[in-house]
Amino acid sequence: MENQFPMKQWIDEEGNVVSEEFQKNVTEDLVKQIYRQLVRIRSFDRKCISLQRQGRIGTYAPFEGQEGAQVGSAYALKDNDWMYPTYRDHGATMTFGHSLKNILAYWNGRNEACVPPEGRHIFPPAVPIATQLPHAAGTAFAEKRKGTENAVICYFGDGATSEGDFHEGMNMASVLQAPVVYFNQNNSFAISVPISKQMRSKTIAQKALSYDMPSVRVDGNDVFAVYFETQKALDRARKGEGPSLIEAVTWRYGAHTTADDPTKYRDQKESDTRREKGDPILRVELYMKKHGLYDEAWIEKMKEEVSSEIDQAIEEMEAMPKANPEDLFDYVFEKPTWTIEEQKKAYFASLERGGM
Amino acid sequence: MSTAVKTNTLTLVQAVTDGMRTMLREHDDVLVLGEDVGVNGGVFRATDGLQSEFGETRVMDTPLSEAGFTGAAIGMAVNGLRPVVEIQFLGFVYPAYEQIMTHASRIRARTMGHYSVPMVIRAPYGAGVRAPEIHSDSIEALFTHMPGIKVVCPSSPYDAKGLLVASIEDPDPVIFLEPMKSYRSSREEVPEDKYTVKIGKGKRVMEGDDVSIFAWGAMVPVAEKAAKEMTEQGVTCDVIDLRTLYPLDKDLIAESVQKTGRTVILHEAHRTGGVGSEIQSIINDTSFLYQKAPVEYVTGFDTPVPFFAYEDHYLPTSNRVVQAIQKVINF
Ligand SMILES: Cc1ncc(C[n+]2csc(CCOP(=O)(O)OP(=O)(O)O)c2C)c(N)n1
Repeated sequence: MENQFPMKQWIDEEGNVVSEEFQKNVTEDLVKQIYRQLVRIRSFDRKCISLQRQGRIGTYAPFEGQEGAQVGSAYALKDNDWMYPTYRDHGATMTFGHSLKNILAYWNGRNEACVPPEGRHIFPPAVPIATQLPHAAGTAFAEKRKGTENAVICYFGDGATSEGDFHEGMNMASVLQAPVVYFNQNNSFAISVPISKQMRSKTIAQKALSYDMPSVRVDGNDVFAVYFETQKALDRARKGEGPSLIEAVTWRYGAHTTADDPTKYRDQKESDTRREKGDPILRVELYMKKHGLYDEAWIEKMKEEVSSEIDQAIEEMEAMPKANPEDLFDYVFEKPTWTIEEQKKAYFASLERGGM
Repeated sequence: MSTAVKTNTLTLVQAVTDGMRTMLREHDDVLVLGEDVGVNGGVFRATDGLQSEFGETRVMDTPLSEAGFTGAAIGMAVNGLRPVVEIQFLGFVYPAYEQIMTHASRIRARTMGHYSVPMVIRAPYGAGVRAPEIHSDSIEALFTHMPGIKVVCPSSPYDAKGLLVASIEDPDPVIFLEPMKSYRSSREEVPEDKYTVKIGKGKRVMEGDDVSIFAWGAMVPVAEKAAKEMTEQGVTCDVIDLRTLYPLDKDLIAESVQKTGRTVILHEAHRTGGVGSEIQSIINDTSFLYQKAPVEYVTGFDTPVPFFAYEDHYLPTSNRVVQAIQKVINF
């Protein structure tokens, strides 16, 4: 199966161009924009870990190492497309237009964070694994029925392929010929469980065969391969050619979440090795150096911009008014039932009597 | 001359581990399975050290597939094994719901006792630990409503081990709910040897004459705190930790309410259709004429268990319990 689904690369670990398609499609502007996005989300991710350690946000799921897969795929979307992320895909949602403040608020337990930004279709992150795959099939079907050219991208991990919802969602999309791209980030681990215990299949891409769906296995740390393969799949979707599956092979360097200790189940030296060879950002830098695009002054200025954007987002998140208990009650139904009205009234009365 | 029982000072989660270890040692047919329960020892460390002691075929990391491994455990149980399944958080049990509701619950009845499902499904539940979104559900009532399933919920380390051993030995399926908030909040002396706490029996954790408070899991310490505050005001509370939610300890509920005549029901689960309504139904059946005031409820709301910035509003507090006690006293 590995032969049937070879891992595609456009640039290799040393930053060498290995795809003929590359020169035809890549512009200097694209390289710089993508590079900036990679740097932006990695800086944000690191900052979040330190905010969590200081108790300024709650448990946090880091994505460092997976930036190539997230930026490449999200960058391929058009403004009216839909995104179904998981809890680890805020690199993708920030690339697609969620604000940094919003992502911080999410990890600080705030519901405002699940509201998509104006003009963007971003679903709240899937927390129960694989539940988003059937949704994505349905949302894509609705776009098809409306006769638009909008498509849907749906993110999930390697572990998610073991849930029934993965198979049911893939089959629904296939039967409905829905314009959806199922985007898998295969980082080899579902918390502590390595992929070898998750499945006997050698690739995730091969799972598309059962649904007669085109699929491709890409080097998920090669942001350009991801970007262009996602674009191809989205184009097929827009043209009415149905769903696709992309397996982006990648690696999370750190813990599953800040509540996890990866040394319990794997040798973290593997992450160090991968940082030195194959890192998604390093690879773009090597390419830029080889092609005279590595402009240090520009990079320095860009990094300053990114860091002040992050600082400002933290300030904004921390300046948010306290969570409003009314929000607990007011959005359960369009029109609250008597049960909720009574409970809300009783709760606020108890607050007045010095409750909580 | 008494022989001293050897005990260890354990947290609730350690007592759960100890219960599994005790039964894994005693019966070769006992297995532990679930996500991350092996090498990692569980995300809460509830299975810490078990795989290294008993091996990969008895303490198994499963694929990420609640329906898959719960269904497989049912198949194991009808064929002589005694699986203990871990659901990582109760809020992730839903894919397995079909297997539990349609199969675990009724195989004995469908086959007139020919097949049975001696399995335990363990799951941490509840809010109050600033967990990420959708990790804090408290849905015991979805299981107490299922025919053919027992539901157990310890609040202390001693009961956790004794009830878990009893659950594993029980010939029928048991849902074993572990209050996440209480996993490490206190320690207690727990006997090293095997012992059981009877399923179906509640426990009086504070003795009083004026008001009965019924609670379980992480709400027991909240009830105790409120009761202590009331003692200073000259009101004494009979605090009952129900420990088993199906079947409820009808005798203890009746005995307490017939003594006090006043009831406060405390649970963090949603109000409507919660186990509290079943308690009140038992009170109506057994002790209607003993009551001096209507039953008061302090519960979660009919809203989703919220994201953690709001959970202090959602979760019942001892202040709200004190207000409820005052209300039944001053009726
Ligand atoms: C239905 C369900 N079961 C269990 C969990 C707990 N859990 C959270 S993340 C995770 C592992 C997911 O692995 P994978 O799909 O590979 O994605 P990754 O975390 O590696 O991005 C598990 C088991 C959950 N969130 N939902």
